Amino acid sequence: MVAQLTQNERFLGLLIALLLASIGLVMAVAGQHDPLGMHGWLIIVCAVAVIFVLAAGYYDPEPGDARLAHYYDDPSKVGIVLAMIWAVIGMFVGDWVAWLLVYPDLTFDAAWASFGRLRPVHTSGVIFGFGGNALIATSFHVLQRTTRARLPDQLSPWFVLLGYNLFCLIAASGYLMGVTQSKEYAEPEWYADIWLVIVWVTYFLIFLRTLARRREPHIYVANWYYMGFILVVAILHIVNNLAMPISASQAKSYSAFSGVQDAMTQWWYGHNAVAFFLTSGFLGMMYYYLPKRAGRPIFSYRLSIISFWGITFMYMWAGSHHLHYTALPHWVQTLGMTFSVMLLVPSWASATNALLTLNGAWHKVRDDATLRFMMMAAIFYGLSTFEGSFMAIRAVNSLSHYTDWTVGHVHAGALGWVALITFGSIYAVVPWLWKQPRMYSAGLVEWHFWLAMAGTLVYVFSMWNSGVIQGLMWRTYNESGTLSYSFIDSLVAMHPYYFARAFGGLLFLIGAVIGCYNIWMTIKMAANAQTSDEAVIGTTAAAGE
Amino acid sequence: MSFFGFHYKLERNAIGFALAVIVMASIGGLVEIAPLFTIDETVEPAPDMRVYTPLELAGRNIYIREGCYACHSQMIRTLRDEVERYGPYSLAVESKYDHPMLWGSKRTGPDIARLGGKYSDQWHVAHLINPRDVVAESKMPRYGWLMRNTLEVADLGLHLAALRKVGVPYTDAQIANAARDAIGQASPDSDAAAGVAERYGEATNVRVFDGEPGTLTEMDAVVAYLQILGRLTDAAYKQQGGQ
Repeated sequence: MVAQLTQNERFLGLLIALLLASIGLVMAVAGQHDPLGMHGWLIIVCAVAVIFVLAAGYYDPEPGDARLAHYYDDPSKVGIVLAMIWAVIGMFVGDWVAWLLVYPDLTFDAAWASFGRLRPVHTSGVIFGFGGNALIATSFHVLQRTTRARLPDQLSPWFVLLGYNLFCLIAASGYLMGVTQSKEYAEPEWYADIWLVIVWVTYFLIFLRTLARRREPHIYVANWYYMGFILVVAILHIVNNLAMPISASQAKSYSAFSGVQDAMTQWWYGHNAVAFFLTSGFLGMMYYYLPKRAGRPIFSYRLSIISFWGITFMYMWAGSHHLHYTALPHWVQTLGMTFSVMLLVPSWASATNALLTLNGAWHKVRDDATLRFMMMAAIFYGLSTFEGSFMAIRAVNSLSHYTDWTVGHVHAGALGWVALITFGSIYAVVPWLWKQPRMYSAGLVEWHFWLAMAGTLVYVFSMWNSGVIQGLMWRTYNESGTLSYSFIDSLVAMHPYYFARAFGGLLFLIGAVIGCYNIWMTIKMAANAQTSDEAVIGTTAAAGE
Repeated sequence: MSFFGFHYKLERNAIGFALAVIVMASIGGLVEIAPLFTIDETVEPAPDMRVYTPLELAGRNIYIREGCYACHSQMIRTLRDEVERYGPYSLAVESKYDHPMLWGSKRTGPDIARLGGKYSDQWHVAHLINPRDVVAESKMPRYGWLMRNTLEVADLGLHLAALRKVGVPYTDAQIANAARDAIGQASPDSDAAAGVAERYGEATNVRVFDGEPGTLTEMDAVVAYLQILGRLTDAAYKQQGGQ
């Protein structure tokens, strides 16, 4: 991989790694009595690993100018492998905490292994580790194909990919040590947040620099979504993480906002992390891989425009539906509810656009599990956005909020939409990237599909049941006008559903492990075949380049 | 020019497209968040509202560290069943000094916005060591290490100073005596105890929270925090009547 870097880039890479190692050293020394010091060591280890890799290949012959006629796919390949590793870690921890809710004593007396510390490892692991890596890897792949331009250089994509994974590692290891801001999906502390901003700006610059050199007059719709994802996540991340550290050598910080303003900022962030990380980015994925795999053009260009701008504009108003009946002013709640309901229009426009694209290719959906992953993802996207609009209605929310229904809704989106579109896209792109006619085993893709399907349905149905029962038990009155059930009564009623949920999650996890094996064997197949060079720019190879 | 005709041009310009995304995406937040800082009615007045003591703050930070907020909300909604189950609905002012707020999003366990004073210290200690000793069907994790870990107090002054920078009105004396006050609040017989009442008010709980005098543990801090939940101001009780 170092062989693909120019001499200048190798030198620059070493410099960056050395700088990072020095920062790590300062953190390790200054924060020796604090988790920040541990993170200093983690940074040193990662930086030194990069230094070793670079040094080992430092005097390899430089790549010739011939490389410029090819796409640069190495970062995408590594990104996909990393995404699958994080998928297994994140889903494993998720299933672990699911079992902890069935058997709370199924743990040992260690702080790091308690529910509250493991839960963010699960959420960050799947959202940022699995989802984020998949987005970075596919965005580089899609960006190059749809602009017919190579990435601007060989170093910055690695900086983004590896820097991003360093952020994920700092985040996950921090939670285990109890380092958290407690803001859901924005738990990492100030120094990790600053690092992510640097990585993210570089990521956006790669987009702009590649687009500037594009050989297509128009920017393809998938790139609108990827750009929306990058830009808006930056805005959300910076505003919601504004905080005052207690000192430069300690991890702890205090949010710049408090109380009601903090709640609104957090859920403006939280809901739009769903919108721009888990929706926009993955719609970018869908808009490229689904039509490619189906061999059909996108059904409607105008529908794409309406749904893109509808999502970009309206989602940002919807966050306050997380705060119905709270101390948040009523007018903000009403605005949030209104926009959430209106959001159904652009959301269903996207889902419809995806499904109608499959017209004329339904026989492929029947035969090809990869395309079926994407089709089911579009269906779950339509279902969970409908459910989301429904739950945002104040009266419905009074029942659903604080219950497992929310958890079920999130997983209908996360498993049904995000994970399925990602697996579908990965199964499509892996053979293209590694120059293979197909995945190692179509049968295993089929197994993965049905395990994922079964797991999602078991999960979602058990959480719907438990959530609605919970909500109803909390508000049931007996004939004498007092509450019928104590809180613990409602918890006892959850037990069978918590068991079913953990089982559904296990099925989904097994599917992901099978996916890893299949991808690994495909890569091995490629290594054995000793295939030729990178994909040539601008060609339309049969394999779907 | 039609909308689609305009878009046909816009999508050929990367910078223009990026700027359009930023503008369109910023409007919602500006309209919904910015006024919350300027409209006075957003947060009710509560002259009696007090700040967290250093010990309570340390307990709150442990509550955050252990991720308790993932299963317990601290926000009673304006619904009849919630008010009857948990107490007066939460007011914005009650979390005015909460950086960050811990309203929560899920009730795997019950809401604890008004937990303060509901149970004895002994109950809390027993419950945190093994929840199933006091509530047989509970699914809460055990937190035995709270009793074993000595509380770090040396940096509490830094914590208070950082909070003052983001708007919590800690006085110089409170910041200077943070560590001493944390020890004093859990050692009623020591010299340090008097200063706590002086700086934070006579109503402050000063007692041995974890049942073991002489050692200041993380359990002391967490129980001190849990016992003050919903008790920083009477505003909700005054507004909604009753106790």
